[in-house]
Amino acid sequence: MMAFLFRRKKSANSAKERLQLVLIHDRTDLTPAELESLKDDLIETISRHIAIDPTAVRINMAQDGREQRLIADIPLKSATRRRAR
Amino acid sequence: MTAKVITIASGKGGVGKTTAVANIAVALATRGQKVTCIDGDIGLRNLDVVLGLENRIVYDLVDVIEGRCRLRQAMIRDKRLSELYLIPAAQTRDKTAVSPSDMVRLCDELRPEVDWIIIDSPAGIERGFKNAIAAADRVLVMTNPEISAVRDADRVIGLLEADGKGPAALIINRLNPAMVRRGDMLSVEDVLDLLAIELIGIVPEDENVIVASNKGLPLALDGKNKAGQAFQNIARRLMGEKVPFLDFETQNVFQRLLWRK
Repeated sequence: MMAFLFRRKKSANSAKERLQLVLIHDRTDLTPAELESLKDDLIETISRHIAIDPTAVRINMAQDGREQRLIADIPLKSATRRRAR
Repeated sequence: MTAKVITIASGKGGVGKTTAVANIAVALATRGQKVTCIDGDIGLRNLDVVLGLENRIVYDLVDVIEGRCRLRQAMIRDKRLSELYLIPAAQTRDKTAVSPSDMVRLCDELRPEVDWIIIDSPAGIERGFKNAIAAADRVLVMTNPEISAVRDADRVIGLLEADGKGPAALIINRLNPAMVRRGDMLSVEDVLDLLAIELIGIVPEDENVIVASNKGLPLALDGKNKAGQAFQNIARRLMGEKVPFLDFETQNVFQRLLWRK
């Protein structure tokens, strides 16, 4: 029954999701590759000051009305865990 | 009289700009407003045929700008609506025959004569688009609920903001309520979420649009069909009236049956 209801992903949803991504890049003129390189630079800079886990860093573009926002989630390595190693 | 200059732009071609210009101009004229519409698509003139005025062209926009005739001589009066005029585009020239400052000068000369100047922008974001928005007090961006049209509309909205011509208002054209209901077309809410600008009109897909252009009789002349009614509503909103949006999407089965009669 549920399988029947959700049998097909609605094409309008795909269009909306695809547009959300495309518009972010159109508006900022930043390619996914450039965003990756920005992320590497950020990790390098922050690592010089504080211990972070480079694999857990997430950097994303978010849309807020017609404004674009760069959102970085950078988990710190806790001091206790570092001492334990 | 000091006219308000309204430009309709879209980026992508074929979304219905010319139809919208013709119908909004007609709708304003049926409400006692004095309107001149200008075809900004030099080399690809079409507003004349949609309005059914193609046989009456003597002079065009480029003739006025290059001084071969006076502004008045290029204004074709619509015989059905005495307060509606068209300045046609030149067909044998290209967009470089006009500059943005030419458009500003022309509109400044026209402003004291009418209530509204409605400019039809060509597709694209180059010279023709820049000419079309140069004199605009307000730009209406038109899109279809379709991925490429929404993307191009977003580009145009961004360019208008950068040019100090924002905030633009949005017209969503060719909405197919049945497709929205079954999840196969972006809804009005989806498009507004993506583009994040003010909405000024929703025009449903309507076969009458093609019938009307076949005849050269704009839909908004009689308000019986849904698309014509939607254009009339846009005209009323431009005039400052608060008009609720036609609600196509939330109709339940019973309402749909009633609608069909």
